[in-house]
Amino acid sequence: MTPALLEIDGLSVRLPAARAARPILDGVSLSVAAGETVGLVGESGSGKSVACRSVLGLLPQGAGAEGQVRVGGRDVLTLDRTALRELRSRKVAMVFQDPRAAVDPLHRIGDFLTEGLRAAGVPADRATARAAELLDAVGIEDPRAAMRRRPHEFSGGMLQRVVIAAALAGEPDLLIADEPTTALDVTTQAEVIAVLTRLQAERGTGLLFVTHDLELAAAVCDRIHVMYAGRIVETRATDELFARPRHPYTAGLLACTPRIDPGAPPPRPVPGRPLSLAEAPAGCAFAARCAFAEPRCSAETPALRPHGDGLAACLRADEGILA
Amino acid sequence: MSAVLTPAVRRPLLRRLRPLGNGPLFTVAVLVLGVLVLVAALAPLIAPYDPEALDLRSSLVGSSADHLLGTDQSGRDVLSRLLYGARTGLLGPLLVVGLSTAGGLLLGTVAGWRGGWADAVLSRLMDLVFSVPGLLVAIMFVAVAGPGLTAPVIAMAVAYTPYVGRLVHGLARQEKARPYLESYRVQGWSGWTICVRHLLPNIAPTVLAQSAINFGYALMDLAALSFLGFGVQPPAADWGAMINDGESALQQGATMPALAPSVCIVLAVVAFGIVGEGIADRLARRER
Amino acid sequence: MARYLLGRLLGLAAVLLVTSFLVFSAVHLAPGDPVSFLLKGHPATPEARAAIAAQYHLDRPFLVQYLTWLGNVLHGDFGRSVQFRQDVGPLIGSRLPGTALLIGYAAVLVCVGGVLTGVLAALRPGLVDRAVLIGTGVATATPPFVSAIALVSLFAVQLGWFPGPGSTGTGLGGRLYHLTLPAVALAVTLAGLLARVTRSAMLEQLAREHVEVARSRGVPERTVIRRHVLRGALGPIVTVGGTTLAGLLVSTSIVESAFNVTGVGQLLVQSVTAKDFPVVQAVTLLTVLGFVLVNLAVDLLGPLIDPRVSPATGGAA
Repeated sequence: MTPALLEIDGLSVRLPAARAARPILDGVSLSVAAGETVGLVGESGSGKSVACRSVLGLLPQGAGAEGQVRVGGRDVLTLDRTALRELRSRKVAMVFQDPRAAVDPLHRIGDFLTEGLRAAGVPADRATARAAELLDAVGIEDPRAAMRRRPHEFSGGMLQRVVIAAALAGEPDLLIADEPTTALDVTTQAEVIAVLTRLQAERGTGLLFVTHDLELAAAVCDRIHVMYAGRIVETRATDELFARPRHPYTAGLLACTPRIDPGAPPPRPVPGRPLSLAEAPAGCAFAARCAFAEPRCSAETPALRPHGDGLAACLRADEGILA
Repeated sequence: MSAVLTPAVRRPLLRRLRPLGNGPLFTVAVLVLGVLVLVAALAPLIAPYDPEALDLRSSLVGSSADHLLGTDQSGRDVLSRLLYGARTGLLGPLLVVGLSTAGGLLLGTVAGWRGGWADAVLSRLMDLVFSVPGLLVAIMFVAVAGPGLTAPVIAMAVAYTPYVGRLVHGLARQEKARPYLESYRVQGWSGWTICVRHLLPNIAPTVLAQSAINFGYALMDLAALSFLGFGVQPPAADWGAMINDGESALQQGATMPALAPSVCIVLAVVAFGIVGEGIADRLARRER
Repeated sequence: MARYLLGRLLGLAAVLLVTSFLVFSAVHLAPGDPVSFLLKGHPATPEARAAIAAQYHLDRPFLVQYLTWLGNVLHGDFGRSVQFRQDVGPLIGSRLPGTALLIGYAAVLVCVGGVLTGVLAALRPGLVDRAVLIGTGVATATPPFVSAIALVSLFAVQLGWFPGPGSTGTGLGGRLYHLTLPAVALAVTLAGLLARVTRSAMLEQLAREHVEVARSRGVPERTVIRRHVLRGALGPIVTVGGTTLAGLLVSTSIVESAFNVTGVGQLLVQSVTAKDFPVVQAVTLLTVLGFVLVNLAVDLLGPLIDPRVSPATGGAA
């Protein structure tokens, strides 16, 4: 069996705060195969951004990591500088949340697009030709003229297309999209998603799609990992996850999404506020907000185990509590 | 913290000063300034010699039990001159900061509060003063009115006023837009009353931080003028003038007459800078 | 842009006009009658009084006097120096090269030293950063004449590496060698200030997301620092750098006096002491001119550094 494109295996990350180390991730595992779209869903503070950045070897300053992050079978966390640059410019690329913050406002769009290619040693004229091609592919008219313009002359949606084009420039095997539409207007969100998924399908790129929006993830992804407080609590194929969630948190997320179809129940918010791993008490981190919690939930940390066709980290996952 | 929970445990002085700012550096800076003020006030009591008493037989004596910091070329006791020098060294900047803060508060508040043509005229005026370097204004004043403390102090006060004025201008405009002041205006209070009773207390800490920093700069500028011979005239003791005198002693190998006042100036300016920035940092943190 | 430039030039002209008026009328503000003031320190023979009165057109109305003087100034005629018995224009001209060399030397030291130190502190958090913070804290609190004393004491008197005050070298190399201590003394305060500004501007840029984005794309760290961090920090560096360079125009008189450099700054101090008013007026006007020109240049550089900044508003477009 060929190794999956991306395998995160038991990744734990600790941040050195002022004195005491603060944990951010605990035993996160996930995989993405070539051409597959995998969702990573969680609320803010769940650690999903740290998890996806680790794939590029970008950890918070001074952070310590355990476990492995393998891209094409090689552990990113042990790569030296040169190999890391090779990985970033050729194998994995990232689309960031806010294109205004992601693009250096002082340089032209063309410079932004070709920067990664030039760093990988592509000659200037070929890099420029490739950048123009990519701008055309993401639906920007008159690419040559656009490349001479500066970021502040673009709308947010258009700029995010530029960011997607830049991410695809190095023909990566794996694309990571960290909340790629959160900073955009609702109307442009759909367009950007369409561009992203079309190009991904055309090129057979693996996609790790990180979002807080379960509905959006469902529309895009083949498989979804749900994260809560630095741990993955449920992993399942999208249809399965929607039809039969096994973790109360997933069920809660589904229930709090407003629906427009007639006869649908009104949205029910998950009580309490999301925790980060550092704040989480012993046992199941979700226990305090869980309607089905039992005393043992606060004592024993549930492991991610096969339940149904996927995995869930809930002590009561097989009891049919959510049916 | 209630009085019951904290019985008469005398916390050390350093600890008690800590809530004022950011750690030990701020505390040390406050202490340095405190010592300076004390020295200036008590100079006649603690100075071992008359700072202006000449004794040409004991010119450039090194440090000894008689003269802790030695003597200068005219045989005057360096320590005594240093202690007396703290008086003009602090008085000048105090006047500059006092005058410029008062002027800046007035101009800035009027411009920021009234807006319209008053704002336009006063802002242009402040821009104009800004576009001429302060030290040059002071030199010009000295050229006309002669050396001494008065001309440099007035000139520096004029030059520093726009720094405070611009700050107050921005703050006043910002505060004016806040709902709590709006509610007073709706209640029919006069602008003057609102400014004095509500606006000024709110912007005072920020202005104070700027004034502390300005104090250090004013001290440097006035010392520079005094070094050039435009400040307090000899034989009166002044740090800047002492450095000028000490420069020739330096060539003869006597470091102390120039070094001692130099250290005093740097120390005072650093201390004022730390205190000013400390207050500003605290305010910034409170805002957040 | 043209409109903006025109506006700025008009403003500049207004500043110079007001300054010239104040500088001129200062003679009349001085206590005593202008003739005695202008003659101060010199025997007031009737001939001398008459010469002064004629030179300043003191028999005419004040405004006419001012306009006549201004007309002469615009033609480069600043009158005669009482002290040196020489026309002011050529007098200043003969002192200008020394001052220009000193300021240029100090400016290079401020820019190179200040920016490098600031960059170093931003990129090496911890011990290096702490050391730079403390060092620049002291440097910004050290006025030029104190630096001058320390430098003379250490490098001229004790170590003997550099010549002491009052000496000049021959040839460009020799003159620069002799100007080294004065230039350092002039540069210390402002280099410390620029280092602090550079440091905080760099730190602000380092925290920006586009810097991480560049890293995430495999751009080498050196390129990231140069193209994104330093480039982004350039705005505040140039603004403060320009203001500090303008400040050099004034503090040079302190350093020239301390090191006995024959320059315009020393001439100003000598003339104030000797009540040589025509020279004081001329140097003051020229210094203000230089000051506002440098500040204008800095403002005009803004849009080149950050294309989002429109010069007219000074803010983001």
